[in-house]
Amino acid sequence: MISAAKLGFSRRNLPIIATMTVFVVLYMIGGMTFRGFLTNRVFFNLLTDNAVLGITAVGMTFVIFTGGIDLSVASVVSTTAMIVAVMTQAGVPNLFVIICAILFGTLLGLVMGFIIHYFDAPAFIVTLSGQFFARGFGYILSLDSVPIQYDFYQKASSFGIRIGNGKLTLPAIILLVVIALGIFISKKTKLGRNIYALGGNEQSALLMGLPVGKTKIIVYTMSGFCASLAGFVYTFYTLSGYGLAAIGLEMDAIASAVIGGTLMTGGYGTIFGTLIGTLIQGVIKTIISFHGELSAYWIKIFVGGMLLSFILLQRVFVAGSGKRD
Amino acid sequence: MSDNLLEAIGVSKSFPGVKALSNVNLQLGRGEIHGLMGENGAGKSTLIKAITGVYPRDNGQILLDGVEIHPTSPLDAEALGISTVFQEVNLLNNLSVAENLAIGRQPTKKTGTLDWKKMNEDARRILQKFEIDIDVTELLGNYSIAIQQMVAIARALELDSKLLILDEPTSSLNLDEVEKLFKQMRRLKEEGHSIIFVTHFLDQVFEITDKITVLRNGEYVGLFNTADMTKMDLVSKLMGKEIDELHEFEKLSKEQKHKEHQEVLLETEKLGKNGYMAPIDIDIAKGDIVGLGGLLGSGRTEIAKMLFGLVHTDNGGLKIKGIHSKIRSPKQALMNQLALCPEDRKEESIIPDLSVKENIILALQVKQGWFKPLSAKKKEEIAQKYIDLLNIKTPSSEQAIKNLSGGNQQKVIVARWLATNPNVLIVDEPTRGIDVGAKTEIQKLLLKLSGEGMGVLFISSEIEEVVRCSNKVYILQDRKVVNELHDDQINEQQIMHAIAAKGDS
Ligand SMILES: Nc1ncnc2c1ncn2[C@@H]1O[C@H](COP(=O)(O)OP(=O)(O)OP(=O)(O)O)[C@@H](O)[C@H]1O
Ligand SMILES: [Mg+2]
Repeated sequence: MISAAKLGFSRRNLPIIATMTVFVVLYMIGGMTFRGFLTNRVFFNLLTDNAVLGITAVGMTFVIFTGGIDLSVASVVSTTAMIVAVMTQAGVPNLFVIICAILFGTLLGLVMGFIIHYFDAPAFIVTLSGQFFARGFGYILSLDSVPIQYDFYQKASSFGIRIGNGKLTLPAIILLVVIALGIFISKKTKLGRNIYALGGNEQSALLMGLPVGKTKIIVYTMSGFCASLAGFVYTFYTLSGYGLAAIGLEMDAIASAVIGGTLMTGGYGTIFGTLIGTLIQGVIKTIISFHGELSAYWIKIFVGGMLLSFILLQRVFVAGSGKRD
Repeated sequence: MSDNLLEAIGVSKSFPGVKALSNVNLQLGRGEIHGLMGENGAGKSTLIKAITGVYPRDNGQILLDGVEIHPTSPLDAEALGISTVFQEVNLLNNLSVAENLAIGRQPTKKTGTLDWKKMNEDARRILQKFEIDIDVTELLGNYSIAIQQMVAIARALELDSKLLILDEPTSSLNLDEVEKLFKQMRRLKEEGHSIIFVTHFLDQVFEITDKITVLRNGEYVGLFNTADMTKMDLVSKLMGKEIDELHEFEKLSKEQKHKEHQEVLLETEKLGKNGYMAPIDIDIAKGDIVGLGGLLGSGRTEIAKMLFGLVHTDNGGLKIKGIHSKIRSPKQALMNQLALCPEDRKEESIIPDLSVKENIILALQVKQGWFKPLSAKKKEEIAQKYIDLLNIKTPSSEQAIKNLSGGNQQKVIVARWLATNPNVLIVDEPTRGIDVGAKTEIQKLLLKLSGEGMGVLFISSEIEEVVRCSNKVYILQDRKVVNELHDDQINEQQIMHAIAAKGDS
């Protein structure tokens, strides 16, 4: 049944193909409507402007692969930025600041992973408390916006490699590296495959002798790490820390994953899809800002519609995959 | 080194409200194939899970090579040299066949990254041993239960452990595939490995095992030499009583057959779906038990799914009691007094966390409509009726179904569809994983119901069972109905012959 096998193969790739198509179509719409849209500059800005979201979304996607969820990421982004700001202001050496900032999210993820695994606690609740904790910790550090006045951050924020009229900025580079690492882990390492296995069926994975607990803990740690890294990158834009920053980012990250073809129930999806999911949200934002008259709320409406149609598409995809001998 | 590879001494295990094992022993020699037998709920799977560290044991010792072991997970057990195929096919539907075979011990390149190419090649080579030629890069979930079961077995075999445990590996396999499995088991035995083999098929036990341990109600009955036993001995050991029910059964099935023309309940007219099933013309009359015969993949389950509205047909139609009807969904099928007891109980049937009672009344409730809930009393009545009728082993009707033994879960599913009291009942492998006694009970029940006017479409990979119950058998090949056998023509040889016949009709 060669032909059927081929059919099955393309069906498996259907979600990602659909996502790519949507991205290209949206990009073309932008290109045809607005002058100066189809330029390197706009494209690289797309990467730059969505780096924080994209980096967070990679960690989130791994968590969703296992069938879990991480609601803490947005507050980790904001609090990491706050840690950087407060520590820098206090005159702590920069290298130490960076280490602390990255450790914050990573350790939080580790702890949440432990709790989720050892107490068999629902990820939704555990990461929700993680969210409150991180947010609260940020407010304790400072209620106001704290500016970052340190050479490194000024430089980092203006750094970039010129390509045509575009600029490959540091956030964009970090985003691409994280995506590449994510793809590598998901496809080329045992860890990555165990993550998919866990999402496919936890009980089976256990009975097949896979390290279920370890994998779970690692995944939340990875997500915490990504969120912290994103928080660090966030400071390049804002050059400040602010307790109310990045509110709702966790939902955007989930949207990136789902639009990119990741199934919320776990086991299916790609990191590359998450990049495209992020960029689709970015294109919508760009189009709306080019348009100039539509308010920013339209972004949410479009992204919402997009999300809904992708979920429906996935339903069709799942329902349509019949068994055969 | 001790004489026995594995020894269990006085092992006990309780669950809330259930003493699953009490003081059970097991002695397994080297290079021995050992049958572990018992009725549904006797404790076979629990013993296996105690040996492999899925559950901690409450009491007793487990010795491997004379040394006490305490594995805490299947991974642990694997490290000790015990590999296991658990009762339900426990693989990952979201990964490819090749990956399911390899995961946990995938081949890597020099750089430490996964070597997908080698993994796929290995997979093809491994499946070749079982003469399975499929696309190993396809998702496992897209294949039938039988293939999945073979993949699970192949995975365990590939570990090359000194002890291989197979918990009902043959429940979905046909004779051919069972032979392929036995060939591999014999090879392992010659190489000095030991195997624990659980099955409800008596023929298979006598064909392949050297010794048999029998459990009953969680208690140890004894250790026997296979060669010293007859089938009747074994059955009476299993059930704890002498039986002449088989005799009674012969009588019952004979009466059923040969009956005059009856009203046709369900009739298809060139019903089919492109690339799925060639147009079929079948009919099921009042009192009929219609069997479907055919190899795996010949289209048996496909017919069931088309009739029940699980797949949408694109040509032909069907008549219910002579009236053209459209069935586009299971709900419509239910409303038209059809019922389907599906093949894959784990994926398609049970709702693990709901109670036995809720699982039984589920379909009936759907049929009634959710706005007319059954009263608590009525529910309990129905549940209790089927628990007694099918001898479902559960501490109460409130027990979560996932805590029942495999065979007892199957009985609950059969009960669910019987409870809807359909005109036409489609059963797809209804006796899978069910013990000898209960199997007879279910067959008897089907015969009784058909005697009362129900039409039954009976799908089973056990030809014996089809022969016993059916008064008409459609033979399938390559998703086509190629032949039809009636009453006296129905016997094992005829069916085998028809299945194997070169399709030129
Ligand atoms: N997790 C559990 N919680 C509660 N009871 C359980 C659990 N697992 C098994 N049992 C009970 O223990 C008893 C033995 O079950 P087990 O699965 O070992 O039977 P089995 O011999 O394998 O039967 P089958 O042939 O049907 O597979 C049953 O009565 C079952 O209901
Ligand atoms: Mg069992």
